[in-house]
Amino acid sequence: MSGDASTALAPIVELVDVHQSFGSVDVLKGVSMRVAKGGVACIIGPSGSGKSTLLRCINGLVPIRSGSIRVASFDVHRLHTDAEKIALRKEVSMVFQQYNLFPHKTALENVMMAPIHVLKENPAEVRGRALALLAKVRLAEKRDAYPGELSGGQQQRVAIARSLAMRPEVMLFDEVTAALDPETVKEVLSTIRELVGEGMTCILVTHEMRFAREIADDVHFTDDGTIVESGPPAELFDHPRKERTRAFLSQIL
Amino acid sequence: MTPHPVLSPAALELVRRARRERSTGMPAWRLEARHGVALVVVFLCACGLAQAQVDAGHPSIAATIWKWTPLLARGFVFNLAISFLAMAIGTIAGFFLGFAQISLLPPVKRGAWLTTHFFRNAPWLVLLFYCMFLLPFQVTVLGVTIPIPDWSKATLGLALPVMANVSEIVRGAIQSIPTAQWESAASLAFNRRQTLWMIIVPQCVKRMLPPWMNLYAILTMATVLASIVGVNEMMTQTQRALSAENRPGLLLAFYSYVLIWFFVYCYPIARWTVRLEARYAVDQ
Repeated sequence: MSGDASTALAPIVELVDVHQSFGSVDVLKGVSMRVAKGGVACIIGPSGSGKSTLLRCINGLVPIRSGSIRVASFDVHRLHTDAEKIALRKEVSMVFQQYNLFPHKTALENVMMAPIHVLKENPAEVRGRALALLAKVRLAEKRDAYPGELSGGQQQRVAIARSLAMRPEVMLFDEVTAALDPETVKEVLSTIRELVGEGMTCILVTHEMRFAREIADDVHFTDDGTIVESGPPAELFDHPRKERTRAFLSQIL
Repeated sequence: MTPHPVLSPAALELVRRARRERSTGMPAWRLEARHGVALVVVFLCACGLAQAQVDAGHPSIAATIWKWTPLLARGFVFNLAISFLAMAIGTIAGFFLGFAQISLLPPVKRGAWLTTHFFRNAPWLVLLFYCMFLLPFQVTVLGVTIPIPDWSKATLGLALPVMANVSEIVRGAIQSIPTAQWESAASLAFNRRQTLWMIIVPQCVKRMLPPWMNLYAILTMATVLASIVGVNEMMTQTQRALSAENRPGLLLAFYSYVLIWFFVYCYPIARWTVRLEARYAVDQ
């Protein structure tokens, strides 16, 4: 039992004093956060506060200037070659606001591509897993549809299945419902909710406050490149300590 | 990106035209049926004028043109052969050059950029003369002398600008794919080569096809430049026919006739290109 507790507490993602800048613009000014294995972290905050950049640093899409990022067994800030970053990205998958499915491939092919070509797995096995994943996101009947023939919510669920097919340790969600209409938001959120229920480690950048309150273990409020305040959702939403957090929440709640 | 869905058809046409001109790097010409009609009218008028000048005892204009048609047709086949070959060589070389233009190695990238822009901006005729007079008329390999015929040098001379234009078409198409596709491929742990070949290039083919066909039509018309360096293509044959006939009145009629041949060949290509562009514009 004590063993369980310690693995639950061991952080699988740990950021320490991360700085990042584009040219002369400082995007991240010393961000630190920890996410336990199986934990769910939600990052909220105004546009331009560096939320998406933060996610992109975690899977090595954007290099950081200083500080350290540790994900599973990888020191992300020390990965320089493509091969090293590819090893990391097999463990950390990302879902984007604009889905970014490959438009020339069907839903099923989108899900199957990376496991076959990147993980070099047996295509027949991958196919079985991909079909199961499409069924899981309730799109089994759309497997032969091209992204252009799917609604936004359906495309986003295919994108989630595509990421899951890599069997990642950590999933990053970058405002995945921001481009969707309110009705389809629900179907995507319930897919994420199921994932969280299965113990997937998730880091979400989101504007869905009710959803964040419901599923997050920790909520991080970012503004101007720093984490202003962090804490369990009940605490942060109901009793924000910082004035800036209160101001932000009063604007949107 | 995609043109706005509520743009009027006229605005859409403008957007398409702008995109076309960007992708080929030159003002887009577009053959239309009325151009063909105008050509035929000019041809008929020229024939009529020439017929009026025919002296008694000479064959009619129609009979004269008919008599020379087999020779001209043989020349035209030569034009087509040169255009196919130059297009094939230029396309293959252009693909390599285009990929070199997006290389991550600065020297490769810069070298490819320089090569592309040199051959793209040099006048076609100058390149043709260069190939004609700088290449030897024969080479000796291991004691065997291989002649290099003029037509092959002309083909190479025309392949150079084709290569440079294809290079730009390839680079432009690759760079027109949203960076989000690269990001999403990188997130799925694809490497650069896999991303290019499995994700980016397949999406480019549609975008490359119309400007590539446009380029082919331009090349076909440029093959007559080879007449200046003495290749037996249609233009050369026409000049021969005219000097054999030695009747100045035939000049306009013969050259209009040649134009009609080229129009008949290029017009379907132009129409097909327009159709492809319209289809792909909807797809995107």
